[in-house]
Amino acid sequence: MTETTHHVPAPASAPAGNDLDFEGWTCPVPLRATPTVVMGHGGGGAMSAELVEHLFLPAYGSAAAPELGDSAVLTVGAGTRLAFSTDSFVVRPMFFPGGSVGDLAVNGTVNDLAMSGATPLYLSCAFILQEGTSLAELGRIAQHMGAAARAAGVSLVTGDTKVVDRGSGDGVYINTAGIGVVPDGVDIGPRRAAPGDAVLVSGDIGVHGVAVMSSRDGLDFGTTVESDTAPLHGLVAAMLATGADLHVLRDPTRGGVAASLNEIATASRVGVELVERDLPVPDTVRDACSLLGLDPLQVANEGKLLAIVPGDRADEVLAALRAHPLGHGARRIGTCVADHPGMVVARTGLGGSRVVALPVGEQLPRIC
Amino acid sequence: MKYLDEFSDPALARRLVDQIHAATTRPWAMMEVCGGQTHSIIRHGIDQLLPDGVEMIHGPGCPVCVTPLEIIDRALAIAARPGVIFCSFGDMLRVPGSRQDLFSVKSAGGDVRVVYSPLDALRLARDNPDREVVFFGIGFETTAPANAMTVHQARRLGVRNFSLLVSHVLVPPAIAAIMESPTCRVQAFLAAGHVCSVMGTAAYPPLSEKYQVPIVVTGFEPLDILEGVRRTVLQLEQGRHETENAYPRAVRDEGNLPAMEMLRDIFEVTDRTWRGIGTIPDSGWKLSPKYAEFDAELRFEVTDIHTAESELCRSGDVLQGFIKPHECAAFGKECTPRNPLGATMVSSEGACAAYFTYRRLELIDAP
Repeated sequence: MTETTHHVPAPASAPAGNDLDFEGWTCPVPLRATPTVVMGHGGGGAMSAELVEHLFLPAYGSAAAPELGDSAVLTVGAGTRLAFSTDSFVVRPMFFPGGSVGDLAVNGTVNDLAMSGATPLYLSCAFILQEGTSLAELGRIAQHMGAAARAAGVSLVTGDTKVVDRGSGDGVYINTAGIGVVPDGVDIGPRRAAPGDAVLVSGDIGVHGVAVMSSRDGLDFGTTVESDTAPLHGLVAAMLATGADLHVLRDPTRGGVAASLNEIATASRVGVELVERDLPVPDTVRDACSLLGLDPLQVANEGKLLAIVPGDRADEVLAALRAHPLGHGARRIGTCVADHPGMVVARTGLGGSRVVALPVGEQLPRIC
Repeated sequence: MKYLDEFSDPALARRLVDQIHAATTRPWAMMEVCGGQTHSIIRHGIDQLLPDGVEMIHGPGCPVCVTPLEIIDRALAIAARPGVIFCSFGDMLRVPGSRQDLFSVKSAGGDVRVVYSPLDALRLARDNPDREVVFFGIGFETTAPANAMTVHQARRLGVRNFSLLVSHVLVPPAIAAIMESPTCRVQAFLAAGHVCSVMGTAAYPPLSEKYQVPIVVTGFEPLDILEGVRRTVLQLEQGRHETENAYPRAVRDEGNLPAMEMLRDIFEVTDRTWRGIGTIPDSGWKLSPKYAEFDAELRFEVTDIHTAESELCRSGDVLQGFIKPHECAAFGKECTPRNPLGATMVSSEGACAAYFTYRRLELIDAP
């Protein structure tokens, strides 16, 4: 298990004031293309990764990238390992079929903790509210948060509320952070994928992203797609109970399955080979993506996980997933290979192959 | 949309591939005109299934790719103005102008919004009577009817704060321009089904005849494209040069008559510059004089446009089928979807983006 470093050395060349000199920055190339933050920096794809690797980490003084999993695993006291994670939720619209920003704020952080094998215990919750926000809506969001926390068995134990001027924000922003305990012997991290490992997914992909898109202005796909937002630590516990050595877990949220698998392939220096016909893509998701020119592999999920497990234990883990209510649609979708390290490749239904790319920034519906 | 399954059936695809192999006796080079077809070919690996000698040349039919730099720079200037809500389809936002893109304008404070229909822009105009709402009306014959309808509606409803920045382009003149090129390698065309579903097929038989070139109208699903290739190869092998409709479930020869009537009312034909290619006579539409009040070019005087294309970018050669994307020296180096030099790399339907996104493995494996 790679432990996250607590020690933060001074940066080699700390920027002065606001005058960031990108020419003198640690790795200037990727960031020079845009001197300001653009929407793609928050899209969970290549631009988000570049911001972390080339701006945040050098500034924090972490010369080598720490294990960039969904949560940090910290050893405290006499060998107790805590998982620690934080996430912010700025989803628009705030309410969508199957959930709200409140559900996401709880389940999102619970799932980030679960992806290191932890049992989630406590969450914090910080609100940034825009002046003029409806208290009725805020109340509904809080209710959703309470219900989601009870369902996940976690407690909301500390929080904060700030209000910004009308026009300085957009409704309700929520940050949650959480801690959980990692059981002894569990060692899950993005660098552990190895050739021969099986790639599993716990069910239909792309559902959350399409549910949110379908509730935005002007989009109606003719059928209602409900978000799959759900807490996944029970599913993880079921997999751990098989005794299999789970190598990597990821909840493929922003950037979808494509972004998560690319990150794993890069971190582990393995290739990932997907079989396109084995991908569980519901008709509604596929049709919506077809209309908008999007790739279901790049569409966000909120209640699904990817598991990289030793190939000889794949069937056993798959059976454990399928026995759980949240994993009945689990499938094996691919294999880790020694070829093309760092790349994800899909065998197409017709017998060709294609690279499954890390999305660049925001997903952009096409013109026609 | 369950029918989509039927048009990507692997067994049927195999049968068509076998028929194409059986029919092919020598090399042929055919161009798929539309970026949507390019995307489908590369995404499904269709070109990997064709006989070695059958080459797919990727044509200029990506509306985002061919929108001229001057119009994009004009759009950026208008979008940056206070009081303007600038609306566009999503994939135009990352297309580079001379110095920046619409995302950068948005980041700098411009009110740039992604819409899914021009009618959404008109609604925004009605909801924001104190703002000027501009819609970026680009694309081929496919997107033009909805844009025309929106202008029609704006007049009918008396919406005065709405305008259209128009840069529509037309397919048949582009086919003629490609065939007129002295270095043309194209021996046949797969024409874009959705263009023909609006405009019909009448423009194509004269082109087939004049340039002695088979033109087969096809759709976008894998089987549509394979059937189009099969029919094209048969024509080439038999020495025929006809226009065929291999997409009858969507295309009627006469086209969509009410849409064509609307287009004739709102637009008039004009010369149009295609990014990377140059000016093609009578290859575009602009608003007709009687709708001049909705013309964003006239409403917003933008005078200080100095376009500057990348000197490295060979997008134009890609669009005309002279080179494959990876044959450009900047491909995957100075030019990636993250830092595109030309629109063929930034547009999701651009040939360069399709190669970069789906074909890097092959290019890396190549000696």
